[in-house]
Amino acid sequence: MKRTTIHAWLMLLPAMTLLVAFTHYPAIKTIIASFWTTGRGRRESQFAGLDNYAKLLGDDVFWQVLGNNLIYAAITIPVSIALAISMALFVNKKLLGRSAVRMAYFTPTVLPLIAVANIWLFFYTPGFGLIDQIRGLFGLPEQNWMGSPSTALYTMMAVTIWKEAGFFMIFYLAALQAISPSLYEAAEIEGAPRWAVFRRITLPLLMPTTLFVSVNAVINAFRMIDHIFTMTGGGPNNASSLLLFYIYEVAFRQWNTAYAATLTVVMLVILAALAIGQFFFLDRKVHYK
Amino acid sequence: MNLSYDRILITLGAWLLAAMWFLPLAYAVWTAFHPAAYETRFELFAPLTLENFAKAWAQAPFARYFLNTTMLVVMILGAQIVLASFAAYAFAIYQFRGKGILFGLVLVQLMIMPDILLVENYTTMRQLGLVDTIFAIGLPYMGSAFAIFLLRQTFMTIPQELNEAAKIEGAGTLTVLWRVYVPLAKPTYLAFGLVSVSAHWNNFLWPLIITNSVETRPLTVGLSVFAATDSGVEWSVINAATLLTSAPLLLGFLLFQRQFVQSFMRAGIK
Repeated sequence: MKRTTIHAWLMLLPAMTLLVAFTHYPAIKTIIASFWTTGRGRRESQFAGLDNYAKLLGDDVFWQVLGNNLIYAAITIPVSIALAISMALFVNKKLLGRSAVRMAYFTPTVLPLIAVANIWLFFYTPGFGLIDQIRGLFGLPEQNWMGSPSTALYTMMAVTIWKEAGFFMIFYLAALQAISPSLYEAAEIEGAPRWAVFRRITLPLLMPTTLFVSVNAVINAFRMIDHIFTMTGGGPNNASSLLLFYIYEVAFRQWNTAYAATLTVVMLVILAALAIGQFFFLDRKVHYK
Repeated sequence: MNLSYDRILITLGAWLLAAMWFLPLAYAVWTAFHPAAYETRFELFAPLTLENFAKAWAQAPFARYFLNTTMLVVMILGAQIVLASFAAYAFAIYQFRGKGILFGLVLVQLMIMPDILLVENYTTMRQLGLVDTIFAIGLPYMGSAFAIFLLRQTFMTIPQELNEAAKIEGAGTLTVLWRVYVPLAKPTYLAFGLVSVSAHWNNFLWPLIITNSVETRPLTVGLSVFAATDSGVEWSVINAATLLTSAPLLLGFLLFQRQFVQSFMRAGIK
């Protein structure tokens, strides 16, 4: 072997060891574990074939949390992105108190999600919370926002949107600043209406950013579940539970690790599909035509 | 005329949104600094107090949690930077067999993070006898694909001539890395540092699983334990604890706003 090769491998060794030990190895072990039963006490883990997957298909809770997660992603992502674009447009130009406004948008990003959840919890508390206090002024009755199956998931979404929009804003801000002013000058000379300028110039040029932000947002939609712990605990009746939270419950409350592995495989498939999609999509669609 | 009318509308919209974004935090600050009686009574001259903070501090071992979190983020960042610098250098400078595949393996972690592989990573920690240690909270994150990727991108922009010149002068690989590459990549290190520290200061799920004692719990887990006790802790005290937990990052952000925003952006765009 060449000396440089040995050098390179030596330098890579520590980082690669840790990467493999805590990402690739557990991922593969998860897949294997999904074909076995959970060993409990004296009963050793046994090969189970596709039993876990059969259970998965028949598990109403699984379908419910997966559905929740999809709704959660389908609403929080577009709303966060639309807000992020508006924020970026607001603070990109001259604006009274621009830096204060920008700071207000971005601040939630640096707060821990678990702390954020504590703050929001107080808004939602039935009767006592700020939302109900305001409703009370208009003579509206108390409402248990987090405790009712029809609204619980939406209370979580509001928190997510609040936390993420300002983070996405900074990417749009960077993208806006990269757009050549001459394009806008040309549009102005042509007398193009503002909406047309936005739709025909700004929005298409923000496309790569939108794609990048979307991919991150999808990962986050499946990964960020801290607020569930504080706010609803997934309830009522799993109405606000998401996939990773369900995995946590199955693994660390019911100690059914084999089934948790099976659920994790679903998660891996979703993320892998996202990665592959991004790989093919990024190269083609994104670059300006 | 039309234009200025537009301008007013835009300003109003921007401010309204900013107010909505600021309100939750402002509210937390309000309750934390006022007696419990003013939790929902907003009077301009309500008496200010630090008592909520004192109560929170006395009712849970927040000093210990602060220490744990600080040790955790310093340990993670230190390890990430050292390991990633070596790896990034190897990827950026050397040509060797299997480089493409190895780099591909690194990139996998950008999508599949240790966070979602809870069960197996817990098992590994148990086998290593590391459950309920601060080291175990940090270990899965020390090999950071993200850091390797960012540094590799930066190292690749540094002209090879610098490297060769230093080698001719008789400098070894480590010297070159330390004297040439690291100084030139300072902005990347800063960006990654801020992102890493805030990510791990805020991390919750994995520490929740792997710790179960006061001596190891980081702030986020400590806060959730504190807020979850059904002993009728007052809201104002919980909010004080919440602010306490977030304060270092929040202050850092207020002081170094520009660096924070630029770091998050730089790290994000890759």
